[in-house]
Amino acid sequence: MSGRTRTITVGNLARVEGEGALHLTVENGQVTDLRLEIFEPPRFFEAFLRGREAAEVPDLVARICGICPVAYQMTAVHALERALGIAVDPRLRALRRLFYCGEWLESHALHVHLLAAPDYFGCESVVDLAVRERAAVERGLRLKQTGNAIIRLLGGRSVHPVGACIGGFSRLPAPAELRTLRAALERARDDALACVRWVAGFELPERHAEIEFVALRHDDEYPMNEGRLVSSRGLDCAAEDFEQVIAEHQVLHSTALHARIVGRGHYLVGPLARLNLNVDRLPPLVAAVARDCGRWPNSNTFTSIVARAIEILFAVDEAARLIDAYEPPARPAVAWTPRAGRGVAITEAPRGILYHAFEVGEDGLVRAARIVPPTSQNQAQIEAELRELAPSLLERTRPDATRLCETLIRSYDPCISCASHFLRLEIEQR
Amino acid sequence: MRPRLAVVKFASCDGCQLQLLNAEDELLTLARVVDIAHFPEASRRQRPGPYDVALVEGSITTPADAERLQRLRAESRHLITIGVCATAGGVQALRNWADVEEYKRAVYPHPDWISALATSTPIAAHVKVDFELWGCPVDKDQLLAVLRALLSGTTPGLPTHSVCLTCKQRGLTCLAVAAGTPCLGPVTRTGCGAICPRMGRGCYGCFGPSDQPNLPAFTALLAAQGLTPDEALRRLRGIAGWAPAFRRASEAVAGAEAEKPA
Repeated sequence: MSGRTRTITVGNLARVEGEGALHLTVENGQVTDLRLEIFEPPRFFEAFLRGREAAEVPDLVARICGICPVAYQMTAVHALERALGIAVDPRLRALRRLFYCGEWLESHALHVHLLAAPDYFGCESVVDLAVRERAAVERGLRLKQTGNAIIRLLGGRSVHPVGACIGGFSRLPAPAELRTLRAALERARDDALACVRWVAGFELPERHAEIEFVALRHDDEYPMNEGRLVSSRGLDCAAEDFEQVIAEHQVLHSTALHARIVGRGHYLVGPLARLNLNVDRLPPLVAAVARDCGRWPNSNTFTSIVARAIEILFAVDEAARLIDAYEPPARPAVAWTPRAGRGVAITEAPRGILYHAFEVGEDGLVRAARIVPPTSQNQAQIEAELRELAPSLLERTRPDATRLCETLIRSYDPCISCASHFLRLEIEQR
Repeated sequence: MRPRLAVVKFASCDGCQLQLLNAEDELLTLARVVDIAHFPEASRRQRPGPYDVALVEGSITTPADAERLQRLRAESRHLITIGVCATAGGVQALRNWADVEEYKRAVYPHPDWISALATSTPIAAHVKVDFELWGCPVDKDQLLAVLRALLSGTTPGLPTHSVCLTCKQRGLTCLAVAAGTPCLGPVTRTGCGAICPRMGRGCYGCFGPSDQPNLPAFTALLAAQGLTPDEALRRLRGIAGWAPAFRRASEAVAGAEAEKPA
């Protein structure tokens, strides 16, 4: 095949949150160039957060991502509470977990039905998919709606919610509101079960790669707001040690910093990593369903969509459990006063671990901020997988090869929305 | 022929275009009445212009984006900005009062690899805009109302009064009066349904300024509530800080502070 040049170009990589580009060059069967380009017009959050009041941070960091604002708000409040020495009532902690369930549900239902599933039916969009799989799409939209309803209950609106603050929430939900939501979750549980069965029936490409999976692990919960940082190759440390074990570096072709485990290399974060490392933390119903529809742990990135569907069911089940166990906290938020300190936190955003570190001065103003989002951590891993996949692409037709690359990238649910301009996919064979 | 719709993103968080996908009950109907010609987040099928309606999210922060916007304007009959980034520069316009080169050094090990304009500016600073929809994020129902108006050939009309009036309409207790809570409601455009006061906290101005806001009176109120000039400045320089009315008010506060004898 040497001497023949083939270029595969896709105008924009579609159905990801945001835009970027992939350049892949294969010469004589060897990958000579591979770049997942992310041209995020930088918005400099870490720079403009300096000098802002700690109390303003949850509203500001929400704007990093319209799809996972709760993840940014939760990580920020946990880190800031550590900096400020604030201990939060377990009943408020439970409400935060409920809030986060809403985001997992909304974000995962969006990804599974609107962004990822069309690939497995040869469709270009959810609108095309709805012609063939109307019931499944409507079910997905209902699940997404339920996730948004949870966020709205605690946050007032689903995009950039306004209810979360340092110390708790600005308002507690009324019992009648919780009852309405609880009823919606009954229907959502049936929908979620049907969704998992639907996704488990997709014909996923077979693939087994050497991958280091990284996620949080909690003593007795499926991880969300806290836990130790663990990996499939033995990493096990406290959130506070994140900056010692993970190094960020800049590459020329991306405005999102790459990340690697010190002394090793790239790694995968997100639903597949969480499930692989925490399958024994699932509640009984969800664990049984998970066993029925796959092997966990596994190292086929394409099964991320199944992991995401299982987490949809988990989020519904967990939200119902939290509402059933709900006891109103004494007050919506713990009172606090400014003091100097440093605090870090890691939480599990829908797309994987999200790290925040804040330094606060005696005046309550932010002195320094550092934020490491999941998608920037996955960049090097996505590139590595594409590199491995590249030689086999040449045996496929151009549309097939292109679709496979896109599907692989989409299986990470990259949120380069906070991160990019346009994603052009070019596969060049020389 | 169905009108051709494009959804285009510049520097932003994706939240405003997500509101289209959050219209769960209307999404499939919308796809029937308009031809979604370009909406990369939703479809792999992306067709070139011309477009009847272009919904634009995000602000202009790089030279390349400034050029891309010119091309989009040339091929769009109606260009509508959705959200505070596109309409007023967004939260990333906080750089407009800072040194972007210092910002690059603060965030990136190789600041010289980063291409960024010194300012984040709204779409209307670059091209003619046919309608501006405020909000961070835009309200889903307002977005659908604008689309409905455009599709039926009428001019979209949305209320421009302050959040204050919405609180009164909903019978909410005034936080500023009853609790002395700093609240941007008196000078902020309605559209959110007064969610912050409803959630028991002060409005932080994410829908931008209302029509003819009385900002001198408002900054005096903040001072009377005990806010220092720096605290007032931060309230005004938030999500929609670069909107002209908020910007003039914050620069007046900063100017008065600078003139004070040491």
